[in-house]
Amino acid sequence: MSNVFTKSMARNIYYGGSLFFILLFLALTFDTSGKTPDRDNHAAISAQVAHGKRVWEENNCIGCHTLLGEGAYFAPELGNVYTRFGNSTDAIIGFIKGRPAGGIPGRRSMPQFNLSDEDLAAVAAFLKYTSEINTANWPPNVQG
Amino acid sequence: MQYQSQAVAKPYFIAAIGLFVGQILFGLVMGLQYVWGDFLFPEIPFNVARMVHTNLLIVWLLFGFMGAAYFLVPEESERELHSPRLALLLFWVFLIAGALTVLGYLLVPYAGLAKLTGNELLPTMGREFLEQPTITKLGIVIVALGFLYNIGMTILGGRKTVVNLVMLTGLTGLALLFLFAFYNPDNLVKDKFYWWWVVHLWVEGVWELILGSILAFVLIKVTGVDREVIEKWLYVIIAMTLITGIIGTGHHYYWIGTPEYWQWWGSIFSAMEPIPFFMMTVFAFNMVNQRRREHPNQAAVLWALGTAVMAFLGAGVWGFLHTLAPVNYYTHGTQITAAHGHMAFYGAYVMIVLTIISYAMPILRGEEASSMRSQVLEMWSFWFMTVSMVFITLFLTAAGILQVFLQRYSDTPLPFMQVQEKVELFYWLRELAGVVFLIGLVMYVLSFFVKGGERYVAATDTA
Repeated sequence: MSNVFTKSMARNIYYGGSLFFILLFLALTFDTSGKTPDRDNHAAISAQVAHGKRVWEENNCIGCHTLLGEGAYFAPELGNVYTRFGNSTDAIIGFIKGRPAGGIPGRRSMPQFNLSDEDLAAVAAFLKYTSEINTANWPPNVQG
Repeated sequence: MQYQSQAVAKPYFIAAIGLFVGQILFGLVMGLQYVWGDFLFPEIPFNVARMVHTNLLIVWLLFGFMGAAYFLVPEESERELHSPRLALLLFWVFLIAGALTVLGYLLVPYAGLAKLTGNELLPTMGREFLEQPTITKLGIVIVALGFLYNIGMTILGGRKTVVNLVMLTGLTGLALLFLFAFYNPDNLVKDKFYWWWVVHLWVEGVWELILGSILAFVLIKVTGVDREVIEKWLYVIIAMTLITGIIGTGHHYYWIGTPEYWQWWGSIFSAMEPIPFFMMTVFAFNMVNQRRREHPNQAAVLWALGTAVMAFLGAGVWGFLHTLAPVNYYTHGTQITAAHGHMAFYGAYVMIVLTIISYAMPILRGEEASSMRSQVLEMWSFWFMTVSMVFITLFLTAAGILQVFLQRYSDTPLPFMQVQEKVELFYWLRELAGVVFLIGLVMYVLSFFVKGGERYVAATDTA
């Protein structure tokens, strides 16, 4: 870079630019927190759903699955599993319950987590709540 | 070594390399589980292997950053480190906490670990990359505070350069943003929104400041180019990083329940995120071309150029490939994401840590550079690891394109597991490339033990 563009000019771009975009980001964040309640299905967050999120977290489901596209890519997307399973929490519960403890020879299989009936119902309720968040029509189809 | 206290960097670098080896071994386990579904099942299920793989990566990069800071801050500040004893104490605290956490992952079922560590008191576990028990997270905060105090006091009491101030800014940002790891609301949308304040604002924000300052430091040393020139570049690069990267966070806010205007903000700003990486490449090559000295450590120069190129390809080009909202609608959360993640982390952060280790380790061992025999092996390891990472990325990209088409784009979308079987070939090829990467890593480790060859005796005061 030539001498016309000095180090102090570069420094000012760094400080000024960073400050401006930090403030812009905070402003957008503020606006987002005002608008998100229209989309985030928060009315559905019951004590059971909140407990279901804990069950989801404490069994590290995100270590294999994606949820709204974030997580690991080893197992199916679960943000829309409720719709994929025919809008049925029972189907979700049945699937989790039915996993063979020893796995399936040669194939990927979800571990048997031995969840209590209460935990099973909660995690299914959590996945139902998740499927009803307004995600701008993502995923593109029911396969996730 | 100009300052005795720089020596505390050495255990940090050794720990970083050791954990790097562990990370790659678990990566190979996961790669095999992709094609041999019940490998090590149910003893080490995929989620455990992945947690170990990603957490070891983060921890060893942090060891590398801290080692880099302990090495370069005294030299830049022209004084001894504020407290070498604190640095060594924190080293052991961090290493033991990290080792216990990984052992916890491997030996206790995750739900049991959550119970054992009292996750219900302050639930923070079970979110991607932030799987550590809350108590480990608190330990990380304590180590970070002690570390920042030590580095901060050294810089405040000494010469302030652009390199050490940018480094301090990056490290402070790293510590502050980590505090969002403790915010875990029941509302999934809010949880995800602020989760990215740790993850995105780390790797596409403050970590790039750390990357930039380490690269600038090494280039000053190995090229002998005037500091003024290099510092001007550094300012412009990190300015572009933050100008594009902060609002670029929006590329994670397309499909998680946040307002749809983020599709515009995120697409436009993250599309510009390759610019600072491209500038970094131009910068590194320009400085090496204008070099005023021939530094005997050619391996360090190779790593410095390599990290600039691979960060641009991995973070810049592979990031751009799927960052625009209409494209991301189809690629979000597929093997395309995995492909980008691998090359970006390797190019930007693995390679910058290996750059500073390559430059600093011979000096910490009392030489200006390793013998040429050792450097030749190190440079072979560079090519083995870098080329195999390119292939890992290409194979995952191929798998990802097929996955997107079969599962998301075609008129008759197939279920996830059926698609996984159809793209199996590319997972095998990726695993093969992973084995080559491991061979490269073994060569890298061996390069530290090469005996004989011409020695480059340490000048008491180089550069």
